Amino acid sequence: MSTATFAGTPVEVNDEGFFVDPTQWTKEIAIELAAADGIAELTSQHWQVLEFMRKEYFEKGTGPTVRVLGKTSGVSVKDLYLLFPKGPAKMAARIAGIPKPKGCI
Amino acid sequence: MTDTINPEKIHPEKIHPEKINKVSIIVSKGSLEGIYPALIMANGARAEGMEANLFFTFFGLDAVNKKRIDHIKVATVGNPAMHIPTLIGGLPGMSGLATHMMSKTMEKLDIPPIHEFIEMIGDTGCGMYACKASVDMFDLSEDDFVEQIQGIITVGDFYDMAAGGQIIFT
Repeated sequence: MSTATFAGTPVEVNDEGFFVDPTQWTKEIAIELAAADGIAELTSQHWQVLEFMRKEYFEKGTGPTVRVLGKTSGVSVKDLYLLFPKGPAKMAARIAGIPKPKGCI
Repeated sequence: MTDTINPEKIHPEKIHPEKINKVSIIVSKGSLEGIYPALIMANGARAEGMEANLFFTFFGLDAVNKKRIDHIKVATVGNPAMHIPTLIGGLPGMSGLATHMMSKTMEKLDIPPIHEFIEMIGDTGCGMYACKASVDMFDLSEDDFVEQIQGIITVGDFYDMAAGGQIIFT
Protein backbone atom coordinates (compact mmCIF):
# COMPACT_ATOMS: atom_id res chain seq x y z
CA MET A 1 0.00 0.00 0.00
CA SER A 2 1.21 3.51 -0.74
CA THR A 3 0.00 7.07 -1.17
CA ALA A 4 -0.27 8.57 -4.63
CA THR A 5 -1.31 12.08 -5.56
CA PHE A 6 -3.94 12.49 -8.26
CA ALA A 7 -5.38 15.84 -9.30
CA GLY A 8 -3.70 17.39 -6.28
CA THR A 9 -5.30 14.96 -3.82
CA PRO A 10 -3.32 12.34 -1.87
CA VAL A 11 -4.96 8.91 -2.27
CA GLU A 12 -4.25 5.50 -0.71
CA VAL A 13 -3.63 2.89 -3.43
CA ASN A 14 -2.47 -0.73 -3.40
CA ASP A 15 0.54 -2.16 -5.29
CA GLU A 16 -1.45 -2.39 -8.52
CA GLY A 17 -2.75 1.15 -8.30
CA PHE A 18 -6.29 0.33 -7.14
CA PHE A 19 -7.97 2.59 -4.59
CA VAL A 20 -8.06 1.34 -1.03
CA ASP A 21 -10.83 3.76 -0.06
CA PRO A 22 -13.27 4.40 -2.95
CA THR A 23 -14.72 7.44 -1.19
CA GLN A 24 -11.45 9.30 -1.90
CA TRP A 25 -12.33 9.26 -5.62
CA THR A 26 -13.39 12.34 -7.56
CA LYS A 27 -14.22 12.94 -11.22
CA GLU A 28 -11.05 15.01 -11.62
CA ILE A 29 -9.03 12.04 -10.38
CA ALA A 30 -10.78 9.77 -12.92
CA ILE A 31 -9.85 12.12 -15.76
CA GLU A 32 -6.21 12.09 -14.68
CA LEU A 33 -6.11 8.30 -14.22
CA ALA A 34 -7.72 7.75 -17.61
CA ALA A 35 -5.21 10.03 -19.32
CA ALA A 36 -2.34 8.13 -17.68
CA ASP A 37 -3.88 4.90 -19.03
CA GLY A 38 -4.08 6.22 -22.57
CA ILE A 39 -7.68 7.47 -22.63
CA ALA A 40 -7.34 11.07 -23.83
CA GLU A 41 -10.97 11.97 -23.21
CA LEU A 42 -13.63 10.28 -21.09
CA THR A 43 -16.81 10.14 -23.19
CA SER A 44 -20.36 9.89 -21.86
CA GLN A 45 -20.14 6.11 -22.44
CA HIS A 46 -17.00 5.92 -20.32
CA TRP A 47 -18.79 7.79 -17.50
CA GLN A 48 -21.79 5.50 -17.83
CA VAL A 49 -19.54 2.50 -17.18
CA LEU A 50 -17.56 4.18 -14.38
CA GLU A 51 -20.68 5.31 -12.55
CA PHE A 52 -22.29 1.87 -12.96
CA MET A 53 -19.19 0.22 -11.51
CA ARG A 54 -19.16 2.50 -8.50
CA LYS A 55 -22.86 1.93 -7.92
CA GLU A 56 -22.39 -1.86 -8.09
CA TYR A 57 -19.39 -1.66 -5.78
CA PHE A 58 -21.22 0.30 -3.10
CA GLU A 59 -24.27 -1.99 -3.35
CA LYS A 60 -22.51 -5.35 -3.54
CA GLY A 61 -19.05 -4.79 -2.10
CA THR A 62 -17.25 -5.83 -5.27
CA GLY A 63 -16.98 -4.44 -8.77
CA PRO A 64 -18.94 -6.14 -11.55
CA THR A 65 -17.43 -8.69 -13.93
CA VAL A 66 -17.25 -7.99 -17.66
CA ARG A 67 -20.24 -10.29 -18.17
CA VAL A 68 -22.34 -8.34 -15.69
CA LEU A 69 -21.16 -5.05 -17.15
CA GLY A 70 -22.12 -6.18 -20.65
CA LYS A 71 -25.54 -7.34 -19.52
CA THR A 72 -26.57 -4.55 -17.17
CA SER A 73 -24.50 -1.39 -17.68
CA GLY A 74 -26.13 -0.57 -21.01
CA VAL A 75 -22.77 -0.86 -22.81
CA SER A 76 -22.07 -4.06 -24.78
CA VAL A 77 -19.02 -6.27 -24.17
CA LYS A 78 -17.67 -5.26 -27.58
CA ASP A 79 -17.94 -1.56 -26.76
CA LEU A 80 -16.49 -2.11 -23.28
CA TYR A 81 -13.28 -3.39 -24.85
CA LEU A 82 -13.20 -0.44 -27.24
CA LEU A 83 -13.69 2.02 -24.38
CA PHE A 84 -11.20 0.31 -22.05
CA PRO A 85 -8.73 -1.56 -24.27
CA LYS A 86 -6.53 -2.75 -21.41
CA GLY A 87 -9.34 -4.98 -20.12
CA PRO A 88 -12.60 -3.34 -19.09
CA ALA A 89 -13.24 -4.75 -15.62
CA LYS A 90 -9.76 -4.07 -14.33
CA MET A 91 -8.95 -0.84 -16.16
CA ALA A 92 -12.37 0.67 -15.54
CA ALA A 93 -12.24 -0.35 -11.87
CA ARG A 94 -8.95 1.46 -11.41
CA ILE A 95 -10.26 4.61 -13.09
CA ALA A 96 -13.54 4.33 -11.15
CA GLY A 97 -11.57 4.25 -7.91
CA ILE A 98 -12.82 0.87 -6.68
CA PRO A 99 -10.80 -2.26 -5.77
CA LYS A 100 -9.98 -4.82 -8.47
CA PRO A 101 -13.05 -6.99 -9.11
CA LYS A 102 -12.81 -10.53 -7.76
CA GLY A 103 -13.85 -13.43 -9.94
CA CYS A 104 -12.54 -15.25 -12.99
CA ILE A 105 -15.14 -14.40 -15.60
CA MET B 1 34.22 -18.32 -0.69
CA THR B 2 32.65 -15.76 1.58
CA ASP B 3 30.61 -14.17 -1.23
CA THR B 4 26.94 -14.15 -0.46
CA ILE B 5 24.71 -15.39 -3.23
CA ASN B 6 22.34 -12.79 -4.57
CA PRO B 7 19.44 -14.70 -6.17
CA GLU B 8 18.57 -11.65 -8.22
CA LYS B 9 21.93 -11.91 -9.98
CA ILE B 10 21.46 -15.55 -10.87
CA HIS B 11 17.80 -15.50 -11.90
CA PRO B 12 16.73 -11.89 -12.44
CA GLU B 13 13.71 -13.10 -14.43
CA LYS B 14 12.43 -15.02 -11.42
CA ILE B 15 12.50 -12.00 -9.16
CA HIS B 16 10.98 -9.59 -11.68
CA PRO B 17 9.13 -11.80 -14.16
CA GLU B 18 8.03 -10.22 -17.38
CA LYS B 19 4.29 -9.98 -17.82
CA ILE B 20 2.64 -12.34 -20.29
CA ASN B 21 1.24 -10.22 -23.11
CA LYS B 22 -0.21 -12.86 -25.39
CA VAL B 23 -1.61 -16.40 -25.17
CA SER B 24 -2.72 -18.86 -27.80
CA ILE B 25 -4.88 -21.62 -26.38
CA ILE B 26 -5.55 -24.93 -28.12
CA VAL B 27 -8.85 -26.68 -27.36
CA SER B 28 -8.59 -30.36 -28.27
CA LYS B 29 -11.41 -31.90 -26.21
CA GLY B 30 -15.15 -31.75 -26.73
CA SER B 31 -16.40 -32.41 -23.21
CA LEU B 32 -17.71 -29.71 -20.90
CA GLU B 33 -14.72 -30.06 -18.59
CA GLY B 34 -12.42 -30.07 -21.60
CA ILE B 35 -13.77 -26.83 -23.05
CA TYR B 36 -14.49 -24.52 -20.10
CA PRO B 37 -10.96 -24.11 -18.74
CA ALA B 38 -9.72 -22.91 -22.13
CA LEU B 39 -12.61 -20.46 -22.48
CA ILE B 40 -12.11 -19.11 -18.97
CA MET B 41 -8.40 -18.65 -19.62
CA ALA B 42 -8.97 -16.91 -22.96
CA ASN B 43 -11.64 -14.62 -21.53
CA GLY B 44 -9.48 -13.89 -18.49
CA ALA B 45 -6.52 -13.05 -20.71
CA ARG B 46 -8.57 -10.48 -22.62
CA ALA B 47 -9.96 -9.09 -19.36
CA GLU B 48 -6.36 -8.47 -18.26
CA GLY B 49 -5.68 -6.66 -21.51
CA MET B 50 -3.65 -9.50 -23.03
CA GLU B 51 -3.92 -10.60 -26.64
CA ALA B 52 -5.61 -14.03 -26.90
CA ASN B 53 -6.33 -16.63 -29.58
CA LEU B 54 -8.32 -19.85 -29.39
CA PHE B 55 -7.52 -22.70 -31.77
CA PHE B 56 -10.09 -25.49 -31.90
CA THR B 57 -8.86 -28.89 -33.00
CA PHE B 58 -10.15 -32.50 -33.03
CA PHE B 59 -13.15 -32.91 -30.73
CA GLY B 60 -12.61 -29.38 -29.47
CA LEU B 61 -14.34 -28.31 -32.69
CA ASP B 62 -17.64 -29.25 -31.02
CA ALA B 63 -17.33 -26.06 -28.94
CA VAL B 64 -17.79 -23.97 -32.09
CA ASN B 65 -19.88 -26.35 -34.21
CA LYS B 66 -23.40 -24.86 -34.61
CA LYS B 67 -25.02 -28.29 -34.26
CA ARG B 68 -23.03 -29.30 -31.17
CA ILE B 69 -22.38 -26.12 -29.22
CA ASP B 70 -25.64 -26.33 -27.24
CA HIS B 71 -25.18 -30.03 -26.45
CA ILE B 72 -21.76 -30.14 -24.79
CA LYS B 73 -21.76 -32.65 -21.93
CA VAL B 74 -19.58 -33.52 -18.98
CA ALA B 75 -17.94 -36.98 -19.13
CA THR B 76 -19.33 -39.26 -16.42
CA VAL B 77 -17.32 -42.29 -17.52
CA GLY B 78 -13.54 -42.48 -17.31
CA ASN B 79 -13.49 -39.51 -14.98
CA PRO B 80 -12.61 -40.65 -11.44
CA ALA B 81 -12.94 -37.13 -10.05
CA MET B 82 -16.70 -37.26 -10.75
CA HIS B 83 -16.98 -39.82 -7.93
CA ILE B 84 -19.57 -41.79 -9.88
CA PRO B 85 -18.89 -45.53 -10.29
CA THR B 86 -18.08 -46.28 -13.95
CA LEU B 87 -21.08 -48.59 -14.45
CA ILE B 88 -23.51 -46.03 -13.05
CA GLY B 89 -21.86 -43.22 -14.99
CA GLY B 90 -22.50 -45.23 -18.13
CA LEU B 91 -26.27 -45.47 -17.61
CA PRO B 92 -28.34 -43.64 -20.24
CA GLY B 93 -28.96 -40.01 -19.29
CA MET B 94 -26.25 -39.82 -16.61
CA SER B 95 -24.07 -37.47 -18.60
CA GLY B 96 -27.04 -35.21 -19.34
CA LEU B 97 -28.06 -35.17 -15.69
CA ALA B 98 -24.57 -34.35 -14.45
CA THR B 99 -24.28 -31.61 -17.08
CA HIS B 100 -27.61 -30.12 -16.04
CA MET B 101 -26.59 -30.02 -12.39
CA MET B 102 -23.21 -28.53 -13.18
CA SER B 103 -24.72 -25.88 -15.48
CA LYS B 104 -27.01 -24.71 -12.67
CA THR B 105 -24.05 -24.26 -10.33
CA MET B 106 -22.09 -22.44 -13.01
CA GLU B 107 -24.91 -20.01 -13.71
CA LYS B 108 -24.95 -19.15 -10.01
CA LEU B 109 -21.23 -18.41 -10.22
CA ASP B 110 -21.79 -16.13 -13.21
CA ILE B 111 -20.12 -18.58 -15.63
CA PRO B 112 -22.09 -18.37 -18.89
CA PRO B 113 -23.26 -21.39 -20.92
CA ILE B 114 -20.76 -22.35 -23.65
CA HIS B 115 -22.71 -20.74 -26.50
CA GLU B 116 -23.02 -17.40 -24.71
CA PHE B 117 -19.43 -17.65 -23.53
CA ILE B 118 -18.15 -18.14 -27.11
CA GLU B 119 -20.17 -15.10 -28.24
CA MET B 120 -18.86 -13.03 -25.35
CA ILE B 121 -15.24 -14.07 -25.95
CA GLY B 122 -15.68 -13.15 -29.62
CA ASP B 123 -16.84 -9.70 -28.48
CA THR B 124 -13.77 -9.28 -26.30
CA GLY B 125 -11.66 -9.37 -29.46
CA CYS B 126 -10.14 -12.82 -28.90
CA GLY B 127 -9.24 -14.57 -32.16
CA MET B 128 -10.98 -17.91 -32.81
CA TYR B 129 -9.89 -20.41 -35.43
CA ALA B 130 -10.65 -23.98 -36.50
CA CYS B 131 -7.90 -26.47 -37.29
CA LYS B 132 -7.80 -27.38 -40.98
CA ALA B 133 -6.69 -30.99 -40.51
CA SER B 134 -9.57 -31.68 -38.09
CA VAL B 135 -12.10 -29.84 -40.24
CA ASP B 136 -11.10 -32.01 -43.21
CA MET B 137 -11.10 -35.17 -41.11
CA PHE B 138 -14.63 -34.60 -39.81
CA ASP B 139 -15.76 -33.45 -43.27
CA LEU B 140 -16.84 -30.01 -42.02
CA SER B 141 -16.79 -26.59 -43.69
CA GLU B 142 -16.93 -22.95 -42.63
CA ASP B 143 -20.76 -23.08 -42.68
CA ASP B 144 -20.75 -25.59 -39.84
CA PHE B 145 -19.23 -23.11 -37.40
CA VAL B 146 -20.56 -20.25 -35.32
CA GLU B 147 -19.87 -16.80 -36.72
CA GLN B 148 -17.13 -16.14 -34.16
CA ILE B 149 -14.80 -18.51 -36.04
CA GLN B 150 -12.63 -16.22 -38.12
CA GLY B 151 -11.09 -18.88 -40.30
CA ILE B 152 -9.94 -22.43 -40.85
CA ILE B 153 -6.18 -22.40 -40.49
CA THR B 154 -3.25 -24.81 -40.70
CA VAL B 155 -0.93 -25.63 -37.84
CA GLY B 156 1.70 -23.46 -39.54
CA ASP B 157 -0.67 -20.50 -39.56
CA PHE B 158 -1.33 -21.17 -35.89
CA TYR B 159 2.36 -21.01 -34.99
CA ASP B 160 2.72 -17.78 -36.97
CA MET B 161 -0.21 -16.35 -35.07
CA ALA B 162 1.15 -17.53 -31.71
CA ALA B 163 4.54 -15.92 -32.30
CA GLY B 164 5.80 -13.89 -29.39
CA GLY B 165 3.32 -15.33 -26.90
CA GLN B 166 2.64 -18.39 -24.77
CA ILE B 167 0.92 -21.51 -26.09
CA ILE B 168 -1.43 -23.49 -23.85
CA PHE B 169 -2.72 -26.92 -24.88
CA THR B 170 -5.92 -28.16 -23.26
